[in-house]
Amino acid sequence: MKDSIIRGIKFIGLGFLEPLIRLINKEEPKKNTKEVMRKIVAPIASVFIFIGLWQLGSSSLYNKEAAYKIEAATRNQGEEAAAKLKACMESGDSNCQPNTLPSPAQVYAAYQVLLEDHKQISADKKAFAEKTFEMNKKRVAQGKRAITYTGRPSFVDQIKTSLKTVFAGFLLALFIAVPIGIVLGLSKTLRGSINWIIQIFKPVSPVVWLLLVFMIVKTLTKNSDSDSSFIISFISVGLCSMWATLVNTAMGVSSVNTDYINVAKVLRLRPLQKIFKVILPASLPLIFTGLRITLSVAWMVLIAIELLAQSPGLGSFVWEEFQNGAMDSNSKIIVAMFVIGFIGFALDRIMLFIQNLVSFEKETI
Amino acid sequence: MSQLIHNPKIEKFPSNEVMLDLIDLKKVYPTPKGDYVVLENLNLQIKKEEFITIIGHSGCGKTTMLSMMAGLNEISGGKISVLGSSIKGPGPDRGVIFQSPSLMPWLTTMENVMLGVKKVYPHATKKQKEDICKYYLHKVGMESSFYKRASEISQGEQQRVGIARAFAIKPKVLLLDEPFGMLDSLTRGQLQDVLIDVWNKEKITAVMITHDVDEAIFLADRVVMMTSGPKAKIGDVLPIEFERPRTRKAILEHDDYYKYRKHLIDFLEH
Repeated sequence: MKDSIIRGIKFIGLGFLEPLIRLINKEEPKKNTKEVMRKIVAPIASVFIFIGLWQLGSSSLYNKEAAYKIEAATRNQGEEAAAKLKACMESGDSNCQPNTLPSPAQVYAAYQVLLEDHKQISADKKAFAEKTFEMNKKRVAQGKRAITYTGRPSFVDQIKTSLKTVFAGFLLALFIAVPIGIVLGLSKTLRGSINWIIQIFKPVSPVVWLLLVFMIVKTLTKNSDSDSSFIISFISVGLCSMWATLVNTAMGVSSVNTDYINVAKVLRLRPLQKIFKVILPASLPLIFTGLRITLSVAWMVLIAIELLAQSPGLGSFVWEEFQNGAMDSNSKIIVAMFVIGFIGFALDRIMLFIQNLVSFEKETI
Repeated sequence: MSQLIHNPKIEKFPSNEVMLDLIDLKKVYPTPKGDYVVLENLNLQIKKEEFITIIGHSGCGKTTMLSMMAGLNEISGGKISVLGSSIKGPGPDRGVIFQSPSLMPWLTTMENVMLGVKKVYPHATKKQKEDICKYYLHKVGMESSFYKRASEISQGEQQRVGIARAFAIKPKVLLLDEPFGMLDSLTRGQLQDVLIDVWNKEKITAVMITHDVDEAIFLADRVVMMTSGPKAKIGDVLPIEFERPRTRKAILEHDDYYKYRKHLIDFLEH
């Protein structure tokens, strides 16, 4: 029972809980207490220290900004206005708060607001769908387009859109980079002749890729009414992020242990058999390392690309909030930052999980 | 050559047919300082059902010679023929057991053996092919781990599977490149027994490289000694006239054993 739980948590990447489970089972209390301190208590303590430092930093920034604001008010509008502003600030009214780094509590409040907002919008959507259900049925029967909800997307909707984009981009990268990587890995000649493209385009910034894709997609989608901003952003994400997979796949395929290749030669396996039975399984660990880098790069550049391409998602959410410029917008940006971080982390863990499932080398987490 | 032809013991091989023939074999590696001749004027005839061990100093070109026989290394001059027809590249008529087990770690032991069996018996049913795999895995003592991944078993066990894989494709010639070199001496002894057990039943012509004088004597019908490189060739051939099947104990107690051993060590230390 205990062992299967430990195997289970290790499998899903929560191996750090192992000493706690052993401690609960009264196994080697001295050693496991130490392990719990090291693997669980210390990281949690570091979280609190992080929040504490953040609190200190934000309150000092707040005071600085507030003092500056009051001083400016005294200078420009006189003592009375300054006193009024000070009172307004102390009352906590969001209209007169100094605009600076929000404190952890403010960020948490903003998170609650975003959640409420999402609930509200979901309820609206549901009501809208119910209201238009009958009408849409008729419209579809008549061959007209159904009426869809066109209200403002909630924060959670933005996250979903971003995930959709990054997933599409990742799949694009996968389907371009892995096959090309395999071909390049197999042929020295091709590898040599195409290397310059890889070396030159690998370091190109996401922004430039976006512009390039924009140039092409704009022309291609001239006469169609498809959602070109989504197409542009997912293609750009794919192109930015595929290089790690391409390079790793080519390297993995070209550096398969010669013993395996010799076995394939002695058994005279057909080329396809050789690729699928020997070369691909042998290079899987490196391909997956590439895919993991690709996915994290995809998620990282996605925000910048959404921001520039004006396509909906977390990037445009962050940009709009920044344009708002109010104090609670700053808090929302920090919420988005954490969400981006957590999702990036989760995506990496998912990839690691899949890698452990399919790969013969068990990677340590 | 003359030694081989006049050797009366060769007659114990019923057909007296030449299985593997190395004629004026030469291997040259080009280097920036000019060509490096590894092997030159190397002649060796190996009879059907004969077990040959090759012994010589490190770097003398033993492995080069074996990989040329396997077709994994290009021949610079002369030729190698199997049953009279010269070889072109590697093929399943010459099974190879490598120094490292070289099993595919992502496949089970069964699948590793199956890889070759499928190739050699393309028309057999799935059941027949599985039976062949199981038979040979059983022979090498791996009957309890048909479905274990190759990465989960010890190196000695992996080499057992390597032996099963090589025998299961029923090659005409079996080429072994220091197959037990990486194992500890206990495991090595066990695997020598496994190898000779299977070989006694299958009687596949075998060429094995080894560094171990005792191993060379225990397994071989003839021990081939190679001179040190460059331009290595066959220095001496020592027929081992022990009856088969042999047991390690009987051989160690045999009077001739130390004579053979001395002969080999004298050659190597010369």
